[in-house]
Amino acid sequence: MFFPKWTNNAVKLVLVLAVLAGGGVATVAGIVHQPKFTDVGYQPEQPLPYSHKRHAGDMGMDCRFCHTSVEQSSVSSVPPTQTCMTCHKQVKADSPRLAKIRESFETGKPMRWVKVHKLPDFVYFNHKAHVTAGVSCVSCHGRVDQMEEVRQVQPLNMSWCLDCHRNPAPNLRPKELVTKLDWVPPGDPVEIGREIVKANKINPPLNCSGCHR
Amino acid sequence: MKIIPKKVPINEPDGREYWRSLDQLADKPEFREFVEREFPDHASEMLDPISRRKFLFLMAASLSFAGLTACRRPVHEILPAAATTVEQVPGVATYYATIMPLGGYAQGLLVRSNDGRPTKVEGNPLHPSSLGATSAYAQASILDLYDPDRSQKVKKGGAASTWKDFVATVQPLFATLKGRGGAGLRVLSEKVCSPTLADLRAQMMAAMPQAKWVEYEPVNLDNALEGTRVAFGQPMHAHYSYDKADVVLALDSDFLCVSYGSVLNLKNFSKRRKVESHHHLDLNRLYVVESNFTVTGAAADHRLRLRTGEVRNFAFALAAELLKMPEMQAGDVATVIEKLGKADGGKFGKWIGALAKDLAAHKGKSVIVAGSKQPPAVHAVVCLLNRALGNEGQTVRYTRAFDEQFTRMTDALKELAREIDQGAVETLLILGGNPAYNSPADIDMASKIRKVPNSIRLGLYEDETTDAAKWHVNEAHYLESWGDGRSYDGTASIQQPLIEPLYGGKSAIEVVSLLLGEERAGYDLVKSYWMKQPQFATDGAKVWNKSLNDGLIAGTAFAEVQPVLQPAAIAESLDAAMAAKVSSELELSFVPCPSLWDGRYANNGWLQETPNPMTKLTWGNALLMSVATAKAKGLENGDLVTVSAGGKMLEAAVWLQPGHADNAATIALGYGRAKSGRIGQAVGHNSYALRTTENFYCVGNVTVTKTGQKLPMASTQEHHSLEGRPLVRETTVSEYSKKPKVIEEMAEVPELKSAYRHPLLNGEYQWGMTIDLNSCVGCNACIVACQAENNIPIVGKDQVIRGREMHWIRLDRYYTGNENDPQAVQQPVNCQQCENAPCEPVCPVAATAHSPEGLNDMAYNRCIGTRYCANNCPFKVRRFNFLNYRKELSEVEKLAFNPEVTVRARGVMEKCTYCVQRIQNAKIQAKSEGRRPVRDGEIQTACQQVCPADAIVFGNIADPESRVSKMKAQERNYTMLAELNIKPRTSYLARLRNPNPELA
Repeated sequence: MFFPKWTNNAVKLVLVLAVLAGGGVATVAGIVHQPKFTDVGYQPEQPLPYSHKRHAGDMGMDCRFCHTSVEQSSVSSVPPTQTCMTCHKQVKADSPRLAKIRESFETGKPMRWVKVHKLPDFVYFNHKAHVTAGVSCVSCHGRVDQMEEVRQVQPLNMSWCLDCHRNPAPNLRPKELVTKLDWVPPGDPVEIGREIVKANKINPPLNCSGCHR
Repeated sequence: MKIIPKKVPINEPDGREYWRSLDQLADKPEFREFVEREFPDHASEMLDPISRRKFLFLMAASLSFAGLTACRRPVHEILPAAATTVEQVPGVATYYATIMPLGGYAQGLLVRSNDGRPTKVEGNPLHPSSLGATSAYAQASILDLYDPDRSQKVKKGGAASTWKDFVATVQPLFATLKGRGGAGLRVLSEKVCSPTLADLRAQMMAAMPQAKWVEYEPVNLDNALEGTRVAFGQPMHAHYSYDKADVVLALDSDFLCVSYGSVLNLKNFSKRRKVESHHHLDLNRLYVVESNFTVTGAAADHRLRLRTGEVRNFAFALAAELLKMPEMQAGDVATVIEKLGKADGGKFGKWIGALAKDLAAHKGKSVIVAGSKQPPAVHAVVCLLNRALGNEGQTVRYTRAFDEQFTRMTDALKELAREIDQGAVETLLILGGNPAYNSPADIDMASKIRKVPNSIRLGLYEDETTDAAKWHVNEAHYLESWGDGRSYDGTASIQQPLIEPLYGGKSAIEVVSLLLGEERAGYDLVKSYWMKQPQFATDGAKVWNKSLNDGLIAGTAFAEVQPVLQPAAIAESLDAAMAAKVSSELELSFVPCPSLWDGRYANNGWLQETPNPMTKLTWGNALLMSVATAKAKGLENGDLVTVSAGGKMLEAAVWLQPGHADNAATIALGYGRAKSGRIGQAVGHNSYALRTTENFYCVGNVTVTKTGQKLPMASTQEHHSLEGRPLVRETTVSEYSKKPKVIEEMAEVPELKSAYRHPLLNGEYQWGMTIDLNSCVGCNACIVACQAENNIPIVGKDQVIRGREMHWIRLDRYYTGNENDPQAVQQPVNCQQCENAPCEPVCPVAATAHSPEGLNDMAYNRCIGTRYCANNCPFKVRRFNFLNYRKELSEVEKLAFNPEVTVRARGVMEKCTYCVQRIQNAKIQAKSEGRRPVRDGEIQTACQQVCPADAIVFGNIADPESRVSKMKAQERNYTMLAELNIKPRTSYLARLRNPNPELA
């Protein structure tokens, strides 16, 4: 006899504990690694402190002034340096904060902005489809007009996408108001959305090839 | 366990037996083993030298590293252009019209540009050479643009140099040449189709009258041009309107696939193969007389296999028979008739009589066309016959050729070689082409080029000619340089680049301009030339913009001419042609390759891996011969033999081609490259080694000796076999008109009940496709188009042999009849998008699921690679990434990808999705414009768009007015394996043959 009898149970106990511990670690890791914890709040440092709050909020510039292709293309497009310079040739033309912009404009070398909202390569999100259907910028990007520097506010994962694709009404508004980030619906937003769904036959795809090709 | 009946019962309901390979016909054990395995032998074994243990070790290590690195979020940057671009909206594809020159003739194209990089070639619907369709060559040319093996530098004697150095060196040389009136200067170019280059040539000849300019193409129309010169006194281009012809006779001409103008020919020809119902049967009838079994031969209603050397005798006998008839009017042709009297038509059986009768019955509505392998006399007689049959002005038109002067290219090349030997050539400027490789063997151009003190070579690749020349200048691809070109009918177009030269390459016009003493940019040269032309006389800038936009310059097509027939000259030409003896020993014909043309596409992986339409061989050519001839010589598929003719030798592998003429062999040009890129080097056998100026297309008295070695052959003909089920259906016109339901009744479909729950098909659109087997000839364009559109990888010869080729659409070629003289049918097979798709329920991770619009969706990122779906697919259309075929991609190669389609990794299943990216984009476009639904025809799948035969129709079958619905309503419509209750969305329209009752 090398081991006392209780060790028979001890082995089982250790195994059960190990499984439980392993499962617990996996569960915690799984929860912690959800995009709503890992990705929401992502706010990288940009090459220069461009303030969306100043431009889109305080001065009330329309999103489409810079993100010109949002209604024509799958990408909303980050503006070329030339767009910045249309104003900043006159306004704050000598500001040291804009040195990089002037340099890019003079040399023709592009600005290296850091991407905030990143979808995997196998996802074919289309801005045109959403904006022209009446989904506002604010639904995915939040109140950018109140952000000094842009940060991610939504998890942008598949189940989050599908929530809206299954029930688009709460996120719909009249097309011409999509860039009015501070718009307050005059009534029940779901009711307004339902009207739009009906009127425009909004029917977001739920099958794979709707987004994956 | 899978159970397959011992001998596959392939007795078709109509009594035909279809087979894909000789092994299948003989029911050999090798074939049975291949078919019975779902995946080929060793398919799942790792091929790398790394052992399984080592692999697991590495995986564990990399996992732990991944665990560490995954903590940090990768930073992605957005780099918008500094300056605004007016034309381009980021993310929106734009199309530009341009041309692709091939062998001296321009093809009109529309090229898609995604954010500044060309990604896909389409035909230009406005251009008369394409009418919206393209060839496989044009489709694949995009890959050449991004080929990392392309020549990237100017080189001097093999060492890297620069364009600046080159200019500094050659400018004084060119100035001296100019001062001497060009004495000692020779230019060797490809056939010139560029009006700007022709103009520069004229300037050069004016400034340097003692210089000479030689054009050479290894695949050319010299025989046809000389034939028209004999018949009409000057070289002409013949244009055939196949859409107006009731009867077509092709004499050794593969006019539907591997020939100049095949896209247009097929476009027109297929118009007469469309059948709405049995009430309107307006089919043409195609007779083909040929040696090798070609795509055109497979499309024929009647095919006579004759050795290349014998075809002329057939032509003469037919002419004799036809011209005897009183209703033939061709002027005073008594001398010709007299000469032709010696022709013996008896040996062709009933053919001559029946054919002559059929042609005579369709006066003014027939076409006779001769192939470029046939001697000028045959072409001259064909001109005469088309005149006699009243086809001229109806189905046959003539325009002037590019040049009034005509010298045979081989003669000019021979003269050049002679001058080099005499030391008369001091400077040789070689513009494009690859003469050191593709010149006739008796000239030995490589050593001739080496003899020239100053040899300068402009080329896309560093190849055999580069090695021989002193200077090598890297040429710009047609998609990255300004130029222009004429198509066969004379229509001129501007060659508009879509991208800056990736490696700073130069074009031929830029080099010739330098020769003339001025370094000018291609754009200036082209524009300044055209601004002087009458078409640009008023509002030049506007015409220029319109020409760029349309892809052609209005009013540049050659005018039709009414040539004057020269019977005396024709009669004279007959002497030599009729006296020529047909070799009693084996004869060998040289043909351009359906994939590589003359070898210029040797480094193009897409084309190398595209199966030959008839042999289904990939990655290499072979010595094709008939079954009887091979048996007599004791040869089998893959036997390496020594072929010798006229003292020259070549080693080549044998491939048995059912339906090939006996005592004859055929080999494709373009393989066996001594120096090419990583793809094309030493693939196949260099048939130029046997080609001489005398025997340019066909050589007689060939001996073949077995070496005893066997080469592995990568033929796909047995891959994805469907085990003898009734998949292709065909009947004859007479049968069909008597019994319109004959196609439907060919397979028995029991009452179908299902125990499964089926996907809800409640989408607004229901996508479907029809493929008309009566139009499709199997030209391969769809395969390459699909590859380009859907980022499909190539896998290499070894992988193809293992059955791992990745093409989403394949062409199944079936033979029917006996092995010596079978008929053939082509059938494109892509994913059939079954409504009750067998692949879906077996996927453990739901990576493949049904869309409400009837598409069998494939989510690549979800696939874990169990391959159950491919196992369960009755059509074998799913393709598995056994290896990471995208592992070692350079940055340049990545530019070729279509950004709308995911690039798949190892271990992922993939397949046709009806180009779902195009469907989605069209739907989004329609929605965002506030317009619904998507218009019929707005979405074209890649295979449909490229198809010169318009055989593929795609659309919404929920709309009864859509074209696809109307096609599906036809009597010829059938789906494959309907009895399995899988309800494929792709259906086929059965093939009809239109035999001549007298020959049947």
